Parts: sequence; structure tokens; C-alpha cells
Amino acid sequence: MLDLDWSALWLSLKVAGWATAINLVLGVALGALLARRRFPGRELLDTVFTLPLVLPPTVLGYYLLVLVGRNGPLGAWLQDSFGINLVFTWQAAVIAAAVASFPLVFKPARAAFEGVDRQLEQAARTLGVSEVALFFRVSLPLAWRGILAGLLLAFARAMGEFGATIMVAGSIPGQTQTLSIAIYEAVQAGNDGRANVLVLVSSLVCIAVLLLAARLAGRSGGSRHDVA
Amino acid sequence: MKRFWVLLSLLLALPAAAAGLTVSAAASLTEGFREIASAYQDAHPGTQVHLNLAASGVLLQQIARGAPVDVLASADEATMDRAQHDGLIDPQTRHVFASNSLWLVVPLASTAVPAALDELTGDGFKRVAIGHPDSVPAGRYAKGALEQAGLWEALQSRLILTQNVRQALNYLTRGEVDAGFVYATDAHTVREHVRPAFQAPVEGGIRYPLAMVAASREPEEAQRFIAFVRSEQGQAILRSHGFGNP
Repeated sequence: MLDLDWSALWLSLKVAGWATAINLVLGVALGALLARRRFPGRELLDTVFTLPLVLPPTVLGYYLLVLVGRNGPLGAWLQDSFGINLVFTWQAAVIAAAVASFPLVFKPARAAFEGVDRQLEQAARTLGVSEVALFFRVSLPLAWRGILAGLLLAFARAMGEFGATIMVAGSIPGQTQTLSIAIYEAVQAGNDGRANVLVLVSSLVCIAVLLLAARLAGRSGGSRHDVA
Repeated sequence: MKRFWVLLSLLLALPAAAAGLTVSAAASLTEGFREIASAYQDAHPGTQVHLNLAASGVLLQQIARGAPVDVLASADEATMDRAQHDGLIDPQTRHVFASNSLWLVVPLASTAVPAALDELTGDGFKRVAIGHPDSVPAGRYAKGALEQAGLWEALQSRLILTQNVRQALNYLTRGEVDAGFVYATDAHTVREHVRPAFQAPVEGGIRYPLAMVAASREPEEAQRFIAFVRSEQGQAILRSHGFGNP
């Protein structure tokens, strides 16, 4: 019963890795922006960015399908300008996973930046540090612990993404069939042997992520700057 | 707090209180069985028909795992054969009640309309939707037709496998695929969005059997429903949705 091809696992890791990398950039940047800048519609924007956490994944999947589909505004533009077709590709699975897990990076990032002592930032400014250097050398290191926790949760969420993924990426073995979808199909087809193996693999990966999260949290906790 | 527990126990007790007939039907029967269910309820007031629609293979797995289902209507004999082999249905109540045909369909906006299966290897057909052959009868029929034509291997990289035949149909209506295999009845439901290209050859034809589930708690009601599907009224409804005679 170990005629398992590992493509589903590798694909899931690849998709979750890319989604987390995208969210590291976007989630941290937008989290910092909303924590530090005051502008009209800020809380509305926060609500929009948090929506994927509470919306049913099928709603996300439908939005994405309508948006990036061949006849969707973004999909048609990509097709006409670059000949790119996203639907049924692993990149579509990355988009689905990134959108679904975005709030898990954005929310903790915003909270972490809001928790950074502004006096430390002011002190750096008085020492003539540029705004960019201030962000990377003061604010980000101080907020990092909170962001890291969010990133690991987001990675786990991206690994488990199912509803939106199956709508925009389909289920092509070796190309877009992630671990979650492979498990679903194995159960649907009554292939319990394959389902058992995949479920076990999935559980082990999640346990590993959680152990890693605990270890990283412990380590960064030891070298944490005392901001009190 | 006490009120909360009372409310919770009421909510949990609800499914047990609303007794009725649960009919598991193939996804392609969606519209036809909705109409049959409502006609049946009109004819037998007091009976609630609950429709459970999915790919036939999925329905079989649900029953095999103990889902409380009374009637199974599948889109192929193979699924029903497996159910019968595993003792999940009452063979005495098994009847073929409709027939269908498999078509290769393209989106309406499509400029390339193939005339035969081997044209699917052309450049215009990069994505072809087909039900997952492991659990979707329409997919198994399509796989059979492609294997017969010696094209199954060649088309592997172009196939978009779907969870049921209606998902393939949905991708067609949205223009996300260049072609797809669906039933004539499916194409009929969205005829303003898709164009049937040609009928795919299916060995032995496509016949829909239904039967009472062996573990049904409402055997009399289940058999009455089966009789209704096979009655003149039930058959007329199915024909109005494009299904052929059994």
C-alpha cells in the first residue's frame, strides 16, 4: 500500500512555502502600514484584509475564479498581455493559499508593530537613522517574534487549504493535486489505503511545523529585546 | 446557561425529528430528481424527500460508511453492481429507470468545434474537463471512449479531473476549459453557454439504475418512491429533462 507518489506532499510544501513568502512581504508591509500610519478608511481596510479568515473558503474560491478566470478582469488581462492562464496551475493554488492565510500574517504583524515602543523609534530617528533603516533595524527586529508566530500558523493554514484551491486550481495529479485534495479524492474513491498514508503524512508535517514553531518561539524569546 | 443547554439539545434532536426519505442521486439527475421529489411530495403529503446529490462513486462510499440513505440512483450500472456485491442494496428493488448519452461539449464562444475524438490532440484543446474516472461515471465513460480511440495516454496532460460531472459542466460554461465530456442532459441545462460537438461512443450505452438501500429505515416509503420514478408521471418528468427511456 506504499505505492504512494510523494508529488502531493512536495506540491503542498511548495505551495505553502510560496504563499508564506508572499505573505511575509505583503502581510508585514501592510501590517506595518496600518500600525503606523493613520488615514481614512484604515479600519475598513483592516476588515477587508481580515475577511479571508472568516469567509467560507468556497466564497474565496468563487471570488478568485471570477477574478482570475479566463473571462475575469484580471484573468483576461493576464491572458491578453502575457499569455498567462492561471486557472488549473500550481500558481493558482499559491494564490488561493496566500489569500486564505494572509490574515494570519497580517493581523499578528499589525499587533506586533503596534506593540513596538515608539520611543525607541524616536530615539533612532534623533540619531539620524533613515526611515528605511529604521524599519529594518529597529521596528522589524522588535516586532519579529509576533510576526514569526503568524508566519508559521499561515504556513500550516496554507498546507491545509482545500476549498478555494479545488475551485481555482482543480485537482491535476502531480500539478495541482495538493495533499488535502489527494486525501479527499482517495476517500471519495474508497481508496482507504492511500487515504491512511496521506493522512498520516499530513499529520506528521503539521506536528513538525508546531514543534518548529515552539522551538523558534523559545529561541527568539531568549534573545528578545526588553522594551519595557 | 440552562436555556443554552435546552436550546442545544433541541437543535441536536432536530434531525431525528424531521423524518423523511433520503434519496442519494447522481449529480446529473439534479434537476430531474428535484422535480420528481416535489411531485412526489405533492402526491404524498407528509413525506419529506431529502435529496443528496453527488458523483455516483461518492454516493456509494457514503452508503458503505453507514450514511442513512433510503434510495440510491446512480448514473451507471458499475456503481450499482458494486453496491449490490457489497450487500448495500436490495437487489429485488433494482431497476433501470433512465438512459443518457455522453457528449463532447465546447464553450459557446469557442471557435474550434471538433468533429471527432482525435481532434482533441490539436493545439486548440489544451484543457479538457472530465469527471474523475475513479468516482464519476461520466468520467469513466469518457475514459472508456478515449481508451477505445487510443487517446487516453496522449491526452493525460490536458485532462482537468472534476469531482462530479456538474463541475466539468461549470468549467465549460465559464470558458475555463476548451472542451469537456458531459451528458446530453447536462449540456441541455446550460444550452445558452455551451455547444455540443459530437456524441462520444459508450460501449453498452449509459443506463441509470436505482434501488432501495438495504439498511433503509423506511422500506415501504423507499419502494413507493422507486415506483413513482418508474411511473408514467416520473418518466415524463425525466424525459422533459432530456433523459431517454430505460
